[in-house]
Amino acid sequence: MNLGKELGGLVKKNIRDYMMYIALVIIMIIFQIFTHGGFLQARNITNLINQAGYVAILAIGMTLILILKHIDLSVGYVAGFCGAIAAILMTQHGVNEWLAILIVLAVGLAIGMYQGLLVTRLGVPAFVTTLAGMFIFRGLLNISLQKTGTIIVPNKVFNALSNGYIFDLPFAPEGIHLVTLVIGVVAVVLLWISQIKARINRKKYDFKVVSLPIFIGGLILASAVIMLIIITLARYQGIPWTAVIVGVVLIIYNFILNKTKLGRYIYGIGGNDQAAELSGVNVKMVTLFAFASMSVLAALSGILYTSRLQSATPTAGTAFEMDAIASSYIGGVAVSGGIGRVTNTIIGALVIVSLTNGMNLMGVDISYQYVVKGIIFIIAVAFDVISRKKAK
Amino acid sequence: MEVMEDYILEMRNITKTFPGVKALSDVNFKVKRGEIHCLVGENGAGKSTLMKVLSGVHSYGTYTGDIVYNGRVQKFRGIADSEYKGIAIIYQELALVPELSIYENVFFGHEIMNGGTINWNETIVRAKEELKKVRLDVDPSLKVKSLGVGKQQLVEIAKALSKNVKLLILDEPTASLNEDDSANLLDLIKELKSQGVTCIMISHKLKEILAIADTITVLRDGSTICSMNTAEEEVTEAKIIKHMVGREIDNIYPKREKKNIGDVCFEIKDWSVVDPVKGREILKNVNINVHKGEIVGIQGLMGAGRTELAMSVFGNTPGYKITSGEVKMDGETVRFKSPKAAIKAGLAYVTEDRKGNGLVLIQDIKFNTSITNLEELTNGLAINENEEIKVANYYKEKMNTKAPSILQKVGNLSGGNQQKVQIAKWLFAKPKVLILDEPTRGIDVGAKYEIYSLMNKLVEEGMSIIMISSELPEVLGMSDRLYVMSEGVITGELSAEEASEEKVMQMAISSNPVTLEK
Repeated sequence: MNLGKELGGLVKKNIRDYMMYIALVIIMIIFQIFTHGGFLQARNITNLINQAGYVAILAIGMTLILILKHIDLSVGYVAGFCGAIAAILMTQHGVNEWLAILIVLAVGLAIGMYQGLLVTRLGVPAFVTTLAGMFIFRGLLNISLQKTGTIIVPNKVFNALSNGYIFDLPFAPEGIHLVTLVIGVVAVVLLWISQIKARINRKKYDFKVVSLPIFIGGLILASAVIMLIIITLARYQGIPWTAVIVGVVLIIYNFILNKTKLGRYIYGIGGNDQAAELSGVNVKMVTLFAFASMSVLAALSGILYTSRLQSATPTAGTAFEMDAIASSYIGGVAVSGGIGRVTNTIIGALVIVSLTNGMNLMGVDISYQYVVKGIIFIIAVAFDVISRKKAK
Repeated sequence: MEVMEDYILEMRNITKTFPGVKALSDVNFKVKRGEIHCLVGENGAGKSTLMKVLSGVHSYGTYTGDIVYNGRVQKFRGIADSEYKGIAIIYQELALVPELSIYENVFFGHEIMNGGTINWNETIVRAKEELKKVRLDVDPSLKVKSLGVGKQQLVEIAKALSKNVKLLILDEPTASLNEDDSANLLDLIKELKSQGVTCIMISHKLKEILAIADTITVLRDGSTICSMNTAEEEVTEAKIIKHMVGREIDNIYPKREKKNIGDVCFEIKDWSVVDPVKGREILKNVNINVHKGEIVGIQGLMGAGRTELAMSVFGNTPGYKITSGEVKMDGETVRFKSPKAAIKAGLAYVTEDRKGNGLVLIQDIKFNTSITNLEELTNGLAINENEEIKVANYYKEKMNTKAPSILQKVGNLSGGNQQKVQIAKWLFAKPKVLILDEPTRGIDVGAKYEIYSLMNKLVEEGMSIIMISSELPEVLGMSDRLYVMSEGVITGELSAEEASEEKVMQMAISSNPVTLEK
């Protein structure tokens, strides 16, 4: 009986976080029904991951920007433009794919520095700076592809980034991807170790912890979900490279936000910029970092998108910023700034991409897709605002 | 024969609970028609909550008990309902639109209409009448932002009067006013009383309360402790304090065990500063020095330039133009380009506005404590979280911050505890010189005493403290030496022995340096 009460209390307290997962599950179930089981097939899950990749990368960077109470509207066309540069470098100048990637990331950095300096040094509002960026990079994308039109990228290694799978061991049995399974098991073990360690630590300092059955129940549930996905992927072709790239970016950003000074400063500035500055935080430098990192991630997103389409097109990047911003907010970034987690942003990105993917499978017209996504987005944010008000 | 008292307001057995907290329990509060009724209590005693229940911010149904106003039980569902019945509340944070004119503000929300449009001529004429009632002699077409805080407050009262207010509630009206404006306001309240307006005033300033109140009600921990009629019994500050805290505080300013004052360790020399926004000089040739182990007070009225002095030295975040002067720490000339540089050199600044620029309210105690000195907690890339928890717990204990744990959000703490967190975060930066700007503003008597004791302890350990404060008794009670500022100039310097309220006041209202006859 007590357990039920505790569970109820937990749900009530964390309704905002749980809602996101509940929404994701409901969306998946609905699509599973309407697509007659097509949605959760191994092939489509792989597809979903590859589609979510470039959105998730953008959304991770956007999370930092939104926590700081800024916005970056230019990310879509920066991604498109950077993707086009990658294609041009490889096809027209014979640049090696890895070098091309490095150059494009450097271009992203330069764009981010330019926008970040405008915002921090001159004090031009981010909305205006990046709206101008939207114009500029949309134009540059068109200019760079004007002569050639869509560029087909024949580079196998490059295209594998968003279409390929991690290698498997030569002695792996037929029909099952061994390395994928191993990674899944390792991930689950690491999850248990880190959670148990954190729990012991919290207890040591007399902080509140959930009761043991709920703790273990939660871990088992999380492990089951991970293993379910892993087994599905392993029985197909294994973990896509996109998942690995997103995973690495996610781990880095999660580490920055939660474990480093820089992360603290980002939350501090978002929560109260004046207090942060008077506490010795270099607000301008931190903000500059966020914009620089955003555009580098936009460049990476552009690389993934070009790789996914195996070509660079003049329409690449259209409305990416909408998906990225919506993902962050659905993932729980506070509209008033100062609050947000990149791990939750990933769930937000999954919600948005599931909607796109599911509706595509169902053959819903793109115009209706925008309306549906918009409605889900505004419900999520309105719910967020209400639940935060109540918490006060 | 006993006279039937005429009560304009009776709040009966009001109980209001928030999730997890009982803010008011069974409060009874009766206000006689035409009196000035002061409501006092420590922070978190429930004064503001009670007034929010009265004005309908906490609407009917969210509390239990009855509000009887003019003999009838009221069911207010919002401020509009209570205003309609003639109850107006004026908060500490003024609710005026700075970019609009005075007359637009006075009738904001209840514009004088002429068919479908606003009758501006009538509005201006009526606004002038209302301004006369509050004795504010200014052009009503001026923008509100061009007025000082004191005058803005008068505009607020004029606004309330224009709505034909019968019961006026003032929430700490003099908290941000200087002595002159305060006195003026208190006079006005008395005058309104003679015109039949009943007034409820919430205040921490006991002197004012004693000067003005007909009845004083004390709240403590969400309950009514007592109601005292100043005509019937003799009420003293000590008596009120006793009811507020439930104990006698015989000495508000703790004595220091040993004074251990060393050499000069911090100096500001010929410091002149121009505010480019206002386009005028805000500090003129300021000279100040602080010895090791000394508490130096800086007293002055609102707008004297005390906070500007601190801000311009502490990394100059407002972007002032420093036209001359230098700062010396331990004899070395320094000029801090950012708060970060100032902190590194051993300076710390506890700001006067803890919610505005002191604390990150949506974060917890741990976050707010460690932010000034994360370098010390970082090895390699990552913050050492165990160390961080230890540090936060250490300072929570040292400051006696009352909170369930260091994971408590700072926004949920009372003013006094917030201030303790703010001081804790600066102690963790391990400063040599600590600047405290209005360290006890808006906090309760008990927490004040704790902060005073802490200050004594810190200087005994060799720290130097600059205390900026507009509360005269506090500056006189705590400082070893004090400077008085007025209009951006240091108008005098006094040792603790020679300082008196009269002398300080004389300097604070002068615009030139004052030399006192010894």
